[in-house]
Amino acid sequence: MHDSPPKADTATAAGLAAAQETKRQRIRLVIRAAGMLPVLLILCGGFHFLSEGRFFTGQNLGIVLQQAAVNTVLAAGMTFVILTGGIDLSVGSILAAAAMAGLTLSKLPELGMLWLPAALVTGLGFGVVNGALIALLRLPPFIVTLGSLTAVRGLARLLGGDTTVFNPSIPYAFIGNGSLTLVPGIASIPWLSVIALLVILVSWLVLRRTVLGVHIYAVGGNESAARLAGIKVWAVLIFVYGVSGLFAGLGGAMQAARLYAANGLQLGQSYELDAITAVILGGTSFVGGIGSIWGTLVGALIIAVLSNGLILVGVSDIWQYVIKGLVIIGAVALDRYRLQGSART
Amino acid sequence: MNDPILEMRGVSKSFFGIKALRAVDLTVHAGEIHALMGENGAGKSTLMKILSGAYRPDPGGEIRIEGSPVRIEGPLGGRAAGISIIYQELSLAPNLSVAENIYLGREISRSGLLARGAMREGVGSILKRLGADFLPSTLVAHLSMGQRQLVEIARALHAKSKILIMDEPTTALSAGESARLFALIRQLRAEGLAIIYISHRMDEVYALGDRVTVLRDGRLVGSLDKQDIRADTIVRLMVGRDVSSFYKKDHDPEAGRGHPVLAATDMADGQRVKGCSLTVHAGEVVGLAGLIGAGRTELAHLIIGAAPRTSGRLELEGRAVDIRSPGAALEAGIAYLTEDRKALGLFLDMSCLDNINLAVLARDAKLGWFLDRDKARERADRAFAGLSIRAADVGVPAGGLSGGNQQKVLLSRLLAIAPKVLILDEPTRGVDVGAKSEIYSIIDNLAKAGTAVLVISSDLPEIIGICDRVIVMRSGLVAGEVRRTESTQLSQEDIMALATGMEQLDA
Repeated sequence: MHDSPPKADTATAAGLAAAQETKRQRIRLVIRAAGMLPVLLILCGGFHFLSEGRFFTGQNLGIVLQQAAVNTVLAAGMTFVILTGGIDLSVGSILAAAAMAGLTLSKLPELGMLWLPAALVTGLGFGVVNGALIALLRLPPFIVTLGSLTAVRGLARLLGGDTTVFNPSIPYAFIGNGSLTLVPGIASIPWLSVIALLVILVSWLVLRRTVLGVHIYAVGGNESAARLAGIKVWAVLIFVYGVSGLFAGLGGAMQAARLYAANGLQLGQSYELDAITAVILGGTSFVGGIGSIWGTLVGALIIAVLSNGLILVGVSDIWQYVIKGLVIIGAVALDRYRLQGSART
Repeated sequence: MNDPILEMRGVSKSFFGIKALRAVDLTVHAGEIHALMGENGAGKSTLMKILSGAYRPDPGGEIRIEGSPVRIEGPLGGRAAGISIIYQELSLAPNLSVAENIYLGREISRSGLLARGAMREGVGSILKRLGADFLPSTLVAHLSMGQRQLVEIARALHAKSKILIMDEPTTALSAGESARLFALIRQLRAEGLAIIYISHRMDEVYALGDRVTVLRDGRLVGSLDKQDIRADTIVRLMVGRDVSSFYKKDHDPEAGRGHPVLAATDMADGQRVKGCSLTVHAGEVVGLAGLIGAGRTELAHLIIGAAPRTSGRLELEGRAVDIRSPGAALEAGIAYLTEDRKALGLFLDMSCLDNINLAVLARDAKLGWFLDRDKARERADRAFAGLSIRAADVGVPAGGLSGGNQQKVLLSRLLAIAPKVLILDEPTRGVDVGAKSEIYSIIDNLAKAGTAVLVISSDLPEIIGICDRVIVMRSGLVAGEVRRTESTQLSQEDIMALATGMEQLDA
């Protein structure tokens, strides 16, 4: 009996160390899952303080959500692509082409109602072409989508004869400017934001709850292993670029409904950069295989909050660029620091 | 004996309270090849990283080089103290020349410009001394793995290292290249270098080692002199228990004969495989032996449709099948375990759960698309219990597991489809002794249950230990088959004779 107490002591010490280790791991998991959310909240709080309370008002939050909507939709599609280790530079151009196609069709009296599906199909079509070139001809995504960035922009201009197409009586205009009333007279949410949230939810469902979703992560994590494991890598690639195109088409429809107009040259210029930024801010790895759609949502909101907040605070347009760029670099640096010690180094 | 060149006294290292190395005393002499063995996780790489300066040892221990205490700090600390390490994954820049690689970080410059000529001259004599058959100006990308190793050694010699640490240097080498490397290592010993040779392979340690030190659980459990080096002693030191039943072969070798499951005829890819035929019966474990480059892995890739074939027929349980993709092979019931689990097998960032379920997700899915998460969890839990996979939880990323546990996760993925034919390519490479014996008993149990198993392995004792018969490949062709008869066991000599073509000389 005499030698049992020291034994028990070492046992408790070992148990304590193990408990501390699990606790530390759990904290790390929580931090990892929360991702950039703290940054977003700090930004919101900071702007609220600096703007003397003008940030957290119903009206301003509505504006922020509306401003974030189109980029959120594009970034959701971009998340699919980047998760496979690819990139889609053509989303801005596809958005413009889809908006042009939709608006042009909407002016035909008997087919006008079909403009919305037409915009979606246009986007999907360009996306599938991108995917087919990448998956079947084995061309690098950067090159293919850099090409279609230019080519589809040209097609967008061609569609409207290089002019701005107007349609003040475009059907479904409510999705661009109306709001869904939650509590009459008190709370409402812009339809654009509702669509963006639905897109995020559907993306989450596909990525996290379907077989296809696991296959997307697998292709991004290790393409050769995915092929040997029996995954049809080409089909996964065509799917993700198709989704990116489809969501760009949806973004085009949202813009068309909001503006009642589209211009093939100007609409969607450099939108791909904001979309990529949102995905990277959201913690998705550029080499593929790691990331989440919720991170992308947070990333898109950070970009919208920055734009809105800097205007509220009265920072000049020029400095807004500088500050936004620095925040992006800083946020990603923080992310790298945070993820040190993950499985892949 | 001369004075020791390296002395470690009571060197420990702990990470977050876990002891990776416990008071290790290691003495290495000049002109000695000192083999270091131990299971994965025994502390070999920790020890090495302390000597290279990547880790700082816990206070209390002491490291002496040529009698004087040293502190090895920072990535260049090891080299400054005269220690060079050649890692398993070579650390050369393939886009640079041999001379540039050797001078990397210590380039000669004249008035700020790179002095390429002087650098080439500087390495020329070393390359000649090592018997290199390439020029200092050759691009490393154009060199074979064996030649690249030579460049690494040249780099160490050029840095005037007195202690050379080699970590499993033959993993990527062919038999011929390994033999040349051994000759070179002996030459370096004769020149007075101390060589610490880390290896899993008993035959290498036999051939080279002047002394063997075995680590287990961070402790030095024994040092043997050359005359005392014996395989069973070393294995016992490594695992800390007797290993009489190391290889497991309980299944009845006659049970499944007469019912061929896989029959491949005249398989060829027009390059590495030149018309091979083989048959595997239900309940049988067949070995596929041969030297590296004989075309064994390529043949396996043809069978599962991972590479296009120019000729060949495949029959599964007597019916002709046309398999043109790994997916089709899995559907038909042919599973293949890759030899390169990190590059071609596992998804290191994904959870063990996803890795295990990957091949059956579509079959389990609800409504054809949606994951059945309960089923997946259950399957992963069962695999963890059944194959005793050691990890905190099925949700942890596969990349964080040890080699043996990773291999078991990958194996679980294949077993999930309940294959009729299981092709295992180097199933125990980079796997520690404990996991090895577990993998052997998994193979044995599969054969008992009637699976047709084809094992590709370069480890002859392993092939002999677990297989019922052995097909030997040489230069893309089936060179012959070695069978067990009532009077004789499978013999390493017969297999090697077929693999090298020596049997033709006898005839």
